[in-house]
Order: sequence, then structure tokens, then C-alpha cells
Amino acid sequence: MVWAPIRSSRGLPRWLLGAGCTITLLFVVLAVFAPLIAPYDFDTFSADGQRFAQQAPPSAEHWFGTTVQALDVFSRVVFGARTALEVVVLSVAVSLLVGVPLGLVSGYFGRWLDRLLVLITDTVFSFPPLLLAIVLSFLLSGLLGGGVAPAALAITVVYVPQYFRVVRNTTFSAKEASYVEAARAIGAGPLTVITRYLFSNVVQSVPVIATLNAADAILTLAGLGFLGYGIQPTEAAEWGYDIQRAIADAGAGIWWTGLFPGLAIVLLVTGLTLVGEGLNETLNPTLRRRRLLPVTLPTRDTDAGGSR
Amino acid sequence: MPTRPEPAAGAATVLDVADLRVHFELRGSFLGRLLGRDAGSVQAVDGVTLSLRHGEVLGLVGESGSGKTTLGRALLGLVRPTAGSVCYRGTDLAGLRQAQLRPLRQRIQMVFQDPGAALNPAMDIETAVGHPLRIHGLVRDRDELRDRVHDALRRVGLVPVERFASKYPAELSGGQQQRAVLARAIILGPELLVADEPVSMLDMSVRAKILELMLDLRRDLDLSCVYITHDLATAKFFCDRVAIMYLGRIVEIGPTERIFADPAHPYTRALLAAVPEPDPTRTLTRQLPRGEVPDGVDPPGGCSFHPRCPHAFAPCGWEGRDVRALLEQRWTALDEADYAAEQALFADLAELDVRGSRLRIRPAASRSAESIRALLEQVRVGDPDEPLWRGVRQVSVADGACVVDFVEGVDPNLGPVDEGAVACHLYDPAYR
Ligand SMILES: Nc1ncnc2c1ncn2[C@@H]1O[C@H](COP(=O)(O)OP(=O)(O)O)[C@@H](O)[C@H]1O
Ligand code: SF4
Ligand SMILES: [Mg+2]
Repeated sequence: MVWAPIRSSRGLPRWLLGAGCTITLLFVVLAVFAPLIAPYDFDTFSADGQRFAQQAPPSAEHWFGTTVQALDVFSRVVFGARTALEVVVLSVAVSLLVGVPLGLVSGYFGRWLDRLLVLITDTVFSFPPLLLAIVLSFLLSGLLGGGVAPAALAITVVYVPQYFRVVRNTTFSAKEASYVEAARAIGAGPLTVITRYLFSNVVQSVPVIATLNAADAILTLAGLGFLGYGIQPTEAAEWGYDIQRAIADAGAGIWWTGLFPGLAIVLLVTGLTLVGEGLNETLNPTLRRRRLLPVTLPTRDTDAGGSR
Repeated sequence: MPTRPEPAAGAATVLDVADLRVHFELRGSFLGRLLGRDAGSVQAVDGVTLSLRHGEVLGLVGESGSGKTTLGRALLGLVRPTAGSVCYRGTDLAGLRQAQLRPLRQRIQMVFQDPGAALNPAMDIETAVGHPLRIHGLVRDRDELRDRVHDALRRVGLVPVERFASKYPAELSGGQQQRAVLARAIILGPELLVADEPVSMLDMSVRAKILELMLDLRRDLDLSCVYITHDLATAKFFCDRVAIMYLGRIVEIGPTERIFADPAHPYTRALLAAVPEPDPTRTLTRQLPRGEVPDGVDPPGGCSFHPRCPHAFAPCGWEGRDVRALLEQRWTALDEADYAAEQALFADLAELDVRGSRLRIRPAASRSAESIRALLEQVRVGDPDEPLWRGVRQVSVADGACVVDFVEGVDPNLGPVDEGAVACHLYDPAYR
């Protein structure tokens, strides 16, 4: 049901989707095959018993140069893609798993449960996202250590209210549809109505938010790393942290330590945003102008068991 | 036209509805709710009593907004009644919780007005039609499920079955969608089918076919039906008995032949006068006397049909609002200057919107109550046959206001006539 409009899309939306998917796919490849693509590990500062030069400019040996800690910038950028995608996938998946069912239940049952959930999520929503992520990341890293999981979970909490809102509002209007009443009339209980009748009609708007949130999550993760509340440098390579380390270099004319992680962030965020906007243009019925399909006229009006 | 099978005389009662009321609370403004102010309620169904015998088809006929759909939903327990009972074979659905109602869903099914909206757009026809069986756990395996779904599809004429089974609702025509909805409704083998305007949204060319299919199903599956429609022609075609609804009430009920040959209630007569030919493929253009269907939030007093009734007389419930409507109707025919002069007599026209048998009309600051009385007298002389005056006891001047005393309005009860029953004072021996 979701693929048909994408396949038939034309013009700008198709171009947006194409460009966005290409960029995103590039980073997915980097992330998945990071150990094969990167010449060194993200925390390797020597090879064959010999320490790398510190702050060396890009060369044949170190394509993107090295950092003050003698780490290979190219390897860190590649492994940074892996970290970013891990966090994004984890945070989007968890916020979907929490936000969508909550939205369905809240929208379908209404009453006090709905009011309570709306109140809670609106409260969460009213905090500045980065501030909220910092506080949560700080608390969670105490519990779970400084790896990918606490950063992802901190970001999750920021996005749950968005899924909740959208799903809850669509459910609220979809439950008035005749087919929901029809489902109750054939004896379907609330769980069946929600999973078999509402879910498939309500999740249509979710892919758009998910991709846009993914782009946002990259920025939040980098923001956390930049401020030092993100993933610990010993756990994984992370672009935001690298940029923060590169600030001191910039004054000394060492441009390569900051430029490449920065470029990676901009590119991936742009790619995901393009996918999101492209999906929005193609899936959102208010924006969609369907191309006219050729009409085949029936030879005569046959309804009963009819061919049309 | 195929002939209708007659329900067996003395057949058991399937459904017994007693004094059923469904009122919807209006939400009102936020401030109003905060202050605990009551925004009032729509009396969608307001005291309906009826019963249905096994094998019978009962028609519920009325204009849009008369509460037919709400009554139909209440018969299935899809909406909770405010008061009264809906007994299906001795079990009162009104007192049951949703979970307790679910087993009864196998016995009572519904067909909806808009077949396109009644099917889940994301579910193919085979799954949709078979879902009731899965929900109630009535099939052992996939093969049995498929066989029963295909039987049902064949039964409603969606053949060749293979072609329709895998389709999504959007790929079917309206008539085919309604056949699928019917298949889903009959697959559990129900005893009672509530059909809410099942053909009103379909093309003319397929209406008759769907109605014929419903007649076949009724005969072959031994169904009892409640057939809801705003279209008298299809009711005549399909029903054994017809109940005419107006503003949430049954105003007349009786055998189809009698209702059509000898309608008793003025509203039924008006509806019938607007139908030239009993032809199920026609839409009727209704030209009822005097105005629109009033608001269900605050229905007219006495007999709620009285503002539109050409036969209305003294006890029918005349009140202030009717005087205002009469004046406003008069003003539409006056020129600007006369209209302004007459309207300037009144302190506040909204004061006329009161209930009760005494209306006090205050004159504007520099006008006299006597001039209002004179205006009313002038209106009366202008059209002495206006039914309103039959309900006016006297118009006088007292305490600086014009006072109109009405005959106390009485709400007509559904009383027996030759065949069936009618709610109208014209048939009440007390007023003859
Ligand atoms: N869920 C609801 N909430 C509030 N008012 C309703 C609701 N359903 C119906 N009504 C009102 O009840 C009245 C009767 O409606 P309905 O039963 O749909 O009439 P009909 O089917 O005869 O057109 C209308 O005034 C309608 O606005
Ligand atoms: S009671 Fe009968 S005569 Fe009086 S208004 Fe109602 S329908 Fe008309
Ligand atoms: Mg209706």
C-alpha cells in the first residue's frame, strides 16, 4: 500500500527521494562494512609497532590526515557512520515501539487514559530536546555505561511524544470510520480493532516522521558528543566528539580534523531529510497530485458478479 | 418484482424494544464545561417501542436526522442506550458490557450505509469476509476458512470468487462492496440483520439488484430484518411492516399495505404525497409542508411535528417559538419599511423562544403592549386558517406586556388504530 505511490511518483519528489536514498545508502554501506573500508580501527594510533605522526595532513597513508592523538581521521569518520546508524536505528525503533502503541491505545480508548498520556507527552515535548537528551544521557550513562545504548535511549525519549501525537490524532479520527464500527459489529474486541483495523491505516504517516526524526537524531547525537555528554571516546568513534576535539586545531591551521566529521554529519542529515521530504511529498495526500491514469471504459454496466 | 415471503403467523418474537432512549450529550464550550454548565443533549432516539417477529422485515422510515441510524446501532449494542431496553430473545442488550455482547454478535449483524467506508481499506475481501469466523473461533483451519468465505462470496454473487477474493475494497464498485459487506454479515449465520440504508449510496442501476439479493438472503437464510431507509419506495418493496420515525420517535407503525394505502399520521401522508410512484430505483424529492426538520436538541413541545403539520389543532403543543416563526414568515413578505416598523415594536424577539403555555411579549421602550396585541390580531385576521390560532386561548394585555395564552400542549402517545398504531391527537378519542 505504501510502495505504489512511491513507484508512481514523478518530478521533484522522485528526485528528492532518489538523491536522499543514494546518500543514505552510502552511509549505510560505510557503517555495515566499516572494518573492511577503514584502514585502521577507530582507536588505532600505531601500525607495525610504529606510532602515527600527530596532526599529519592528508596523505596517501592517511587520506584524511591524523589527529592530535595520532588517530586516522578517515577511519574515525567511517566508524563514526557505524555509531551514528546504530544510535539512529536503535532510537527510532524504540521510540516507534513505544510511541505507536501508546498513540493507538490513547486515541482508541480516549477518556482519562488519553488525557493523562497527552499531558505527560506534552510536558516532555515542551522541554528543549537537546537539554532533555543531555539530562537523560547523563542519568542513563550512570546506569548503562558510556556506550551506544544510553545515548540512543536518551534520544528515544525525545522522539516518543512525536510518534505518540501523530498516531494518537490519526487514531482519534480513524476510529469514527464506519469500518471500525463494522469491526465492533462482527465482534472484534479492542485489541483486534486496534491491531487489524486501525494500525494499518494509522501508520501511513509514520515513515515520514521516522526519517525526519532520524536526521534530527544524528544532530542530537553529535550535539551530545560535542558537549561531552555522549558516547565515551573509548567506546566508539563519534563525529560530534571529534569536532569538539578539532576546535583547538582550527586556530593552528589544521583543517582536516574538523572538516571531515563535519562534512559527514551534514551529508547524512541532508540525505535523511531529503528522504523524509520526498516521502512526505509522495505519501501525504494533501500534497499529492496524482497523475491522471488512462481510463478504460467498461463495455456495459455489469455489477452482479460483474466484470468491470 | 419478486413477491415477499410472508412471515409465519404467530412466529416467536426476536426483538423487543421498550421505551428506548439514546441521548447524546453535547460537549458545549470549554468554559461552559468548566463551569459545569449543561450544553444540553441531542435526543436522537426518544422513547421507541417496537417488536420484531421471526422472519419479519420491519422498515424504519424517516427523513435524515430522525434517529434511524442511532436506533439501528442501539439494536446491536453499538451505542449505549440512555434508558429503556433492547431484548434479543429475552436478553437485554442494554445492560450488557461490550465483552458480554460479543457472543451475541453471531446472531445480530449490520449492513452499513456507505459500503466503501464499512470495509477496512487495508484488508482484502477474503480476509475481511472471513474475519468474523476467526474472531469467534469458528473454523479449525485455513482450508475451512477459505471454503466458508468462498461459499459466502458465492452466496452474494461475487463470482467468480477467485477474482474477488484477493481484491481490496478500493478495487470494487459500490455494488460489489455492498455484496462483500453482506457476505461478511451473513457468514456467521445471524438471525437478525439490521440494514442501514444499504442502497442509498449506490448507483440507481444496482439498487434493485442489491435489494433482490437481500430478499433472496432473507428467504434462504431465514433472516429477520430491520430495514432502515429514507426512501418509502424501497420500504414498500422490501418490508412487511413499516415504522415512520420523526425526531427520534415512531409516529406511525403498521403493515406496509395499510401504511401505503391508508396512511394515518399527517407526517406519513405528507411523505407519501411526495412519492409519485413506488419504484425502488427512484429517489424521491420530498416536499413536505412548512419548513425544515426542527432541531433534535430542543424539539418542539407537544407533538414535535406540529410546526409543520397542516392538521395541527388545539392540543398539539403551540408555544412562543411558533408565534415567532409566524411573525418571521410574515416579515419575509413585507417591504423594508413595514418590516422595520413592526420589528421595532418588540423589546427582544428572543424572548419569544420560551416553552410553556403562557407567552409574555414585552414591547420596546417607547411602544405599547397594545400595539403588539393589535399586530397579532392583524395577523390572525389576515390568515384565520393558520393552525396556530386553534391553539391560542386568548391574547391580552397585562402588566405592560402582551400575553398569549395557549392551550396546554399534550405529547401524543402511540395509540392503536385499525392496523398498527399512530401517535397523533387526530386519532385520540379524547379530542374528537
Ligand atoms: N455520535 C453522535 N454524537 C452526537 N450526536 C449524534 C451522534 N450520532 C447521531 N447524532 C445526532 O442524532 C440525530 C439522529 O441522527 P441519526 O441517527 O444519524 O439519524 P438518521 O440516521 O435518521 O439520519 C442527529 O441530530 C444527529 O446529529
Ligand atoms: S398530534 Fe397529529 S394533528 Fe397534532 S400536530 Fe401532531 S400530527 Fe399534527
Ligand atoms: Mg442515517
